[in-house]
Amino acid sequence: MTVIHPVTPAMPIPARRFLCLLGLLLVLGPARAQDAGAPDVLVKNVTLEVVDLITKDKEIQSGSRAKLIQLIDAKVLPHFDFASMTALATGQNWNKATPEQKKRLTEEFKTLLVRTYASALSAYSTQKFDFRPLRAKPTDTDVTVNVRVLQPGAQPVAIDYSMEKTAAGWKVYDVMVGGVSLVANYRTEFTNIVRESGIDGLIKNLQSKNHSLDSAAGAAKK
Amino acid sequence: MSRLARALAVLALAAAAGCATNGDTDPRDPWEPANRAIYRFNEGFDDALLRPVATAYRDTLPEEVRGRVRNFFSNIADLFIGLNNMLQGKFEDGVTDWARFAFNSTFGLLGLHDIASDGGLEKHNEDFGQTFGRWGVGDGPYVVLPILGSSTLRDAVGTGIEIWTDPIGDFRPIEVRNSAVVLRGVNTRADLLDASRILEEAALDKYVFQRDAYLQRRRSLIYDGHPPRDSGDANPR
Repeated sequence: MTVIHPVTPAMPIPARRFLCLLGLLLVLGPARAQDAGAPDVLVKNVTLEVVDLITKDKEIQSGSRAKLIQLIDAKVLPHFDFASMTALATGQNWNKATPEQKKRLTEEFKTLLVRTYASALSAYSTQKFDFRPLRAKPTDTDVTVNVRVLQPGAQPVAIDYSMEKTAAGWKVYDVMVGGVSLVANYRTEFTNIVRESGIDGLIKNLQSKNHSLDSAAGAAKK
Repeated sequence: MSRLARALAVLALAAAAGCATNGDTDPRDPWEPANRAIYRFNEGFDDALLRPVATAYRDTLPEEVRGRVRNFFSNIADLFIGLNNMLQGKFEDGVTDWARFAFNSTFGLLGLHDIASDGGLEKHNEDFGQTFGRWGVGDGPYVVLPILGSSTLRDAVGTGIEIWTDPIGDFRPIEVRNSAVVLRGVNTRADLLDASRILEEAALDKYVFQRDAYLQRRRSLIYDGHPPRDSGDANPR
């Protein structure tokens, strides 16, 4: 009877503590195996959800980029740390930028990355994904989550998400596709442009790049 | 062979151009002016001929057929992928590659079906450039080859050996060989259509973006996806 009503005043305190712990273990045990807070589970859940939504959405299937970007904004963006990505891509010049410049630079770079990500997703969403188990200690705060895109007749493409644990959960600060770090790949371009025309020049450059993609997408729809 | 000779001639040309570089170039790319010229030529060639043909090829043939073409050439390539794994001392991978070739050439009907992958024998990515890299040969200067695109001095030598030893080169009669080479090229370009469009959208300076991606990619391939942490910056200046 004491097992069914564990928290009776008559029960000795050590037994109560034991049952309490047992209850906690029962609740946490199964949750740990599929811990929604783990970075690899997060990547898997978000990827599968987004791919599922893309394949089900008629507007996206018929080529609506606006709808696709909307979906990415809602589902994917919250898990990215764009300020870190922009800082890493800008390199040493980041420290020379004013807070206002940093904000605008991050905003423009984010727009460009989201667009690129949307293109990549619509091109590869029909492929199969292989989610690799995370090789990290539970105490690690900086991990790499490996996903592989399986494609017929070719070596699988590795997508590695570099993630950092923050107060707001795990955030992606770099994506490596086939061993190519997106953030590192922009560094030379950014450095060259800043050397020639300063941080403002880089912001302008990104702006005009984003505008030209906007008008290209508009022209393609007509 | 004549293609090899041409590739070497271009290398010599690029080397000569390299003597005239100024001090403000990327140390990994001392021949940038010559490379950019060849890059522009390649872009023009791609715009005018290669991409339209590859697009028509992709839009005309169903994936079912293109997949067979891809598998056929991919199967032949497994022979040298296996050899390169052996040369790098990765005997288990090399045996896998040759087993893939044996299964796919027979039960896979001359490689048209990649039954080995279905059976769990995974495809690898190896070539002579990677083998030299594994042996400790550095990248050397970045080189843009005509038509073939991004390379380094080391990888260009590897590509030269690959062209020279290409099993397709032994196909006879000559018309069959030429058709096979063209078909392989068109199929490869068609598979890259999505990637090249994404590159176009992502890059601010396509030449620089493609160069840096190539150098990063090769480094990753040489270490089979696990390169040691970069000691220096991607851009050492």
